[in-house]
Amino acid sequence: MRLCGLFVSNGSKRVRKMKITHTQHFKVFSEPLLKSNPVFFQMLGICSALAVTVQLKTAIVMGLSLTFVLAFSNLIISLLRNVIPRNIRMIVELSVIATLVILADEVLRAFLYDISKQLSVFVGLIITNCIVMGRAETFALGNPPGLSFLDGLGNGAGYGSVLVAVAFIRELLGSGKLFGFSVIPQSFYNAGYEDMGFMLLAPAAFIIIGLLVWLQKSIIKE
Amino acid sequence: MENLLSIFLNSVFVGNILLAYFLGMCSFVAISKNMETSIGLGFAVIFVLTITAPANWLIYNYLLAPGALSWAGLPEVDLSFLKFITFIAVIAAMVQAVEMVIDRFSPALYSSLGVFLPLIAVNCAILGTSLFMVERNYSFLESMVFGVGSGVGWMLAIVSMAAIRIKLKYAMVPKGLEGFGITMIVTGLMAMGFMLFSGITL
Repeated sequence: MRLCGLFVSNGSKRVRKMKITHTQHFKVFSEPLLKSNPVFFQMLGICSALAVTVQLKTAIVMGLSLTFVLAFSNLIISLLRNVIPRNIRMIVELSVIATLVILADEVLRAFLYDISKQLSVFVGLIITNCIVMGRAETFALGNPPGLSFLDGLGNGAGYGSVLVAVAFIRELLGSGKLFGFSVIPQSFYNAGYEDMGFMLLAPAAFIIIGLLVWLQKSIIKE
Repeated sequence: MENLLSIFLNSVFVGNILLAYFLGMCSFVAISKNMETSIGLGFAVIFVLTITAPANWLIYNYLLAPGALSWAGLPEVDLSFLKFITFIAVIAAMVQAVEMVIDRFSPALYSSLGVFLPLIAVNCAILGTSLFMVERNYSFLESMVFGVGSGVGWMLAIVSMAAIRIKLKYAMVPKGLEGFGITMIVTGLMAMGFMLFSGITL
């Protein structure tokens, strides 16, 4: 009998898998990637987003660390949501987030020391990144753990994709490299092409983000 | 003295915490729509930074830094990995304490700054200043000056942005670029202007 039940549940899972794009889980994960991207539409978390985008390498590491913190803070807070007293929820959320950030920072320091040096204070600043706190408040406190975890992954990936897009433009135009490898052929330089040093400076990041928002808003219209 | 002055000017102009290090952007974009609230929030940030930067310096150097606990007979203890959680707790506690003191002694100031104080606890600029202070090995006096300078720089940026946005209301902004997009581009142009100060040496 039990075997039978297992088969049935397996079967129903397979049926659901066929339409995975229609499930609530998929929607929760995919929506923040494009439609409600945390950086473009909720204007959250741009604080530390831009400082690490001079190179693709640092941008990807930063995106991954934030996704890790966001997904697990959502999961933990969602598990605790019925236990946390309403008045002190901010402090509980902050301590969960801070603990995860310390974990991420220690891991980076142990295994990716050079990148961790370049990211300097910006890994620590994930604590005050509005996305993490915002998702914990608006999503994790009112939804079951599985969904909250996916929501964290989706928002982290949405944030990471913006970082990577900005870093791609800045590294390519600013130093003619991608991931530290030169991609612009020498013949271009011989013909008079020059790297835009401006792209490596802070103002370029603001302007690129502004233009990307413009692009996104004019392409994805409801 | 010259050193302190150069730290101050550097943190206000060249190394502006918002325009060069992108800290405190969330409240910057949200609040700069309104001139009066911008000024209020600017003063609140200066106020909180002036208190938290030296307070965190004391805590870091007497409790957390490697070897800092030697006065308690524990010279080998290194608690510096706890700095994130300690700093954010100190900032939240300080903001709460400041709020209560202002409420008790100056109701007028409380009614103008009070609403902004809770917002500030999660402002990246506050935590960022404390972390930069540790990374750059400032002394106690230097960290104090750095805190005030960062606050003044942040206020300068948000107030000038609010002024620009008043004028922007009458500009013909392309569709899709209104609001967030144009704000970022104008901030970029402003950051370029601030970078010109880097040519000045003291």
